[in-house]
Amino acid sequence: MSEEDKEIKDLSLNLKDIQNMLEKYGVEALKGITIEGDLEIDVEPYSGGGVSITPEMIQSMIVANEAKQAVYHISNLFKMFGLSLSQQGIPATTPTSASIQSPVAKEAILKPGFRPLEKLIERKFNVSKDEWKLRVEEITLGATKADGGTRGHVIKIGGEAALPFYSWDGAIPNRPVVTLDVFDMPISLAKAVKVHYEDVMQDPGDWARKAVKEYKADMVTIHLISTDPLIKDTPAKEAVKAVEEVLQAVDVPIVIGGSGNPEKDPEVLEKAAEVAEGERCLIASANKDMDWERIGNAAKKYGHNILSWTQLDMNNQRELNRKLLKVVEMPRDRIVMDPTTAALGYGLDYAYTNMERIRLAALGGDDELNFPMSSGTTNAWGAREAWMKESPMPEDSDWGTRDFRGPLWEIYTGLPLALAGVNLFMMMHPLSVRVLKETTQALLGMIEGEKVDISNWIKEV
Amino acid sequence: MKVQSPLEVYNYLPGTNCKECGEETCMAFASKLIDRSKSLDLCKEILDDSYKEEYEKLKEMLSPEIKEIIIGIGDKAVHVGGEDVLYRHQLTFYNQPPFAYDVTDVMDEKEITERVNFVSNYKKFYVGSFLRLDMIAIRSVSDDPKKFAECVKKVKDLTELPLILMSFNPDVLEAGLEVVKDKRPLVYAANEDNWQRVAELIDKYKVPVVLFSPDLDKLASLAKTFVEMGMNELILDPGTYPSGKQLMSTFERFIKLRRSAIKDGNKDVAFPIIGIPAIASLVSKGKDELEQAISESILTILETIKYGDLLVFHNIAPYVILPAIHLRFNIYTDPRSPVRVEPGLFEMGTPDENSPLFLTTNFALTYFTVKSDLESNNINSYLLVVDSDGICVEASVAGGQLNPGKIKEAIEATKAKEKIKHNTLVLPGLAARLSGSTEDETGMKVLVGPTDSGRIAKWIEDHWQTKA
Repeated sequence: MSEEDKEIKDLSLNLKDIQNMLEKYGVEALKGITIEGDLEIDVEPYSGGGVSITPEMIQSMIVANEAKQAVYHISNLFKMFGLSLSQQGIPATTPTSASIQSPVAKEAILKPGFRPLEKLIERKFNVSKDEWKLRVEEITLGATKADGGTRGHVIKIGGEAALPFYSWDGAIPNRPVVTLDVFDMPISLAKAVKVHYEDVMQDPGDWARKAVKEYKADMVTIHLISTDPLIKDTPAKEAVKAVEEVLQAVDVPIVIGGSGNPEKDPEVLEKAAEVAEGERCLIASANKDMDWERIGNAAKKYGHNILSWTQLDMNNQRELNRKLLKVVEMPRDRIVMDPTTAALGYGLDYAYTNMERIRLAALGGDDELNFPMSSGTTNAWGAREAWMKESPMPEDSDWGTRDFRGPLWEIYTGLPLALAGVNLFMMMHPLSVRVLKETTQALLGMIEGEKVDISNWIKEV
Repeated sequence: MKVQSPLEVYNYLPGTNCKECGEETCMAFASKLIDRSKSLDLCKEILDDSYKEEYEKLKEMLSPEIKEIIIGIGDKAVHVGGEDVLYRHQLTFYNQPPFAYDVTDVMDEKEITERVNFVSNYKKFYVGSFLRLDMIAIRSVSDDPKKFAECVKKVKDLTELPLILMSFNPDVLEAGLEVVKDKRPLVYAANEDNWQRVAELIDKYKVPVVLFSPDLDKLASLAKTFVEMGMNELILDPGTYPSGKQLMSTFERFIKLRRSAIKDGNKDVAFPIIGIPAIASLVSKGKDELEQAISESILTILETIKYGDLLVFHNIAPYVILPAIHLRFNIYTDPRSPVRVEPGLFEMGTPDENSPLFLTTNFALTYFTVKSDLESNNINSYLLVVDSDGICVEASVAGGQLNPGKIKEAIEATKAKEKIKHNTLVLPGLAARLSGSTEDETGMKVLVGPTDSGRIAKWIEDHWQTKA
């Protein structure tokens, strides 16, 4: 190897190379190396225990000083490291600079020019696994007769030990689940949605039945919106009849939602929890701006799960979860989070990244965030692109028919959030429900699908 | 990028604090280089010959983990790849994947013209500007070099958009390259069988090339081989499959390729990835229109988020394109820059004392949407933008960031009452809940506007009588 090449390869050393090397040789720590002042490295004579470098030391070396100097010192360090390794009897492959180099052919970059080859250079593709510290809690929704409820079956969500659909990294025991929205009174809906429900909107029981039978909902959510003082102000006692109707109409697990009114919801949800005692519903939701303690206590007392809802803020989510755990003493396997869903085009980027960060933190060991997540995917229908007949902007190109655009907007809001970690989707359009279920199941290997050969796709599409 | 500390960069900068780059000091400029908010070429001094060595060194140090490749020439050229992170909050995703739409050399002239013009002229208003489409992919279905060359010529005459020439037949590719050799098209693709002949073409025409293999060992071998042969403008196609278990493994390959490049530092595969949602039609061809749309949309979602750097489509139905361009924009929005606007009182058109006073929040998207709806409908009015911490109307009403107290403060701070005679404030429909308490707090008459500002024109007709 020429002197010039050697110089370049030495300079290409970085923190990653060092980590890779340490892993490669199964060495967790090198003892006995200290750093003084800026970048003076002292290596104590080999003393049985080997040599030790902490990550902080490496970091400080890399960050502290001139690049050239730092890299020079690190590469020196490695020569020493190589030496001490051979002393410990690790075999032949002393890590010389050749095994540290980055695989890009530096010569090719230095001396461009075409050098045809006779045959392919064989490479083996390698990739690391994500190693995580914590699993997401597994939550059971619904209770059968054996457990004191009346549901036909239970549904489990969460429990995963890897990022969403990264089955190669760890176990993903449960698929995402869809719950269809049912309201306790007729409400105004986008036309593309309304056509599917207008025959059942007068009766929550019929509505729930249709959602499950015809549209294959895994669950239904009964929203008690008529309780809102600004809508009908239905008294809690009367409103919860809709919960009983739904429980009788279908035997899937259910979610019970309030109206979102911070004054009224605690009373309404408490009453609802009481009439559904033992059914292990999901009570939606406890929010920092309302009496979360009362709602949490009701969910706990009557044997339900609680939805912990915050607005696009991971720290608030952690704080509310902590309150539910510490103050309400909600069992860990009975909390689901709703970190808020914003529609495609209207803040989906925040919702996506907030959820992705929550899940990364959870798997990384944050036990105040390792709960399954729920998404109000129905929010997609708030986007004008989902429901408007055509663009209000004359400059825009044609938006296309809203009959198709609407459900696609809901799919485009839900599926990205599935990739961010959502376990439970609250949805509306039957087509969006079907596509979301099929796609998430396909990503978990649950659907065989049609096999195709793409080796000649250019001519065949 | 390989460096993490501004100091490392600073050591190679001139250190004269000349301020030409817009920063006060070279150190400040160094930190902007590290977070990629400024580019090295803004430093005038370092472009001087005497700094050649430092310049080269910095270029190398600052280059992103994933190679950045330029396709096309001039204003319409696209940047592909150049990514540094696996999760967007760690920095930002950098170059939006260009969207390419296909034509074939067996389509008639009319169809080609319609498709190319549609793609070239497409636009959708969003957050203050227009979203557009980027490229044309020309597929050789005939496998006939002459037919392909004719088709490439037609497309070239129709559009300035960058092109992808698609065939596994090197003779066909060469015929196409000859037509657009000065346009820097992307060649698709070299595979296990044709790679030697394709490599010759790439060397001859000096254009970027896609390497295709769903077998990641073979894909890495192809990449390594091309680099060894002296070519490094490479894009990888690990194969897109439309459904079932094949879809699952497509997802897995895209993620593994990117993880290996960024997390493990595997230079063999540190190149942009191309996704082909168009392949959906291999299974959805005979099915109804909506099924075709869905099948291509699923691939679009998966590959836009995880980790396609360039996507090729077949479906040009407007309702298929609309959500796709928004998703791309959202995912590639820089999470570090605030998307809120300054609160205050703004004039839309030429309002007078009888004009309506509307209220919205300072979430940038809400503001731009309302503004464009008012302006495009020629509604002369005042728009009061209240500081809701950059949260949209619905969420800020629920979360309390928009409340009567804040509204009162904003009215007082902007002296909005003095601009109008009617003492009336129009709240967004989604803030209807606040109407009573806002009347109490501000002493103004409060009207509830539509829940979507796209309906303001109609609302004005029904609810606003201008008294002269």
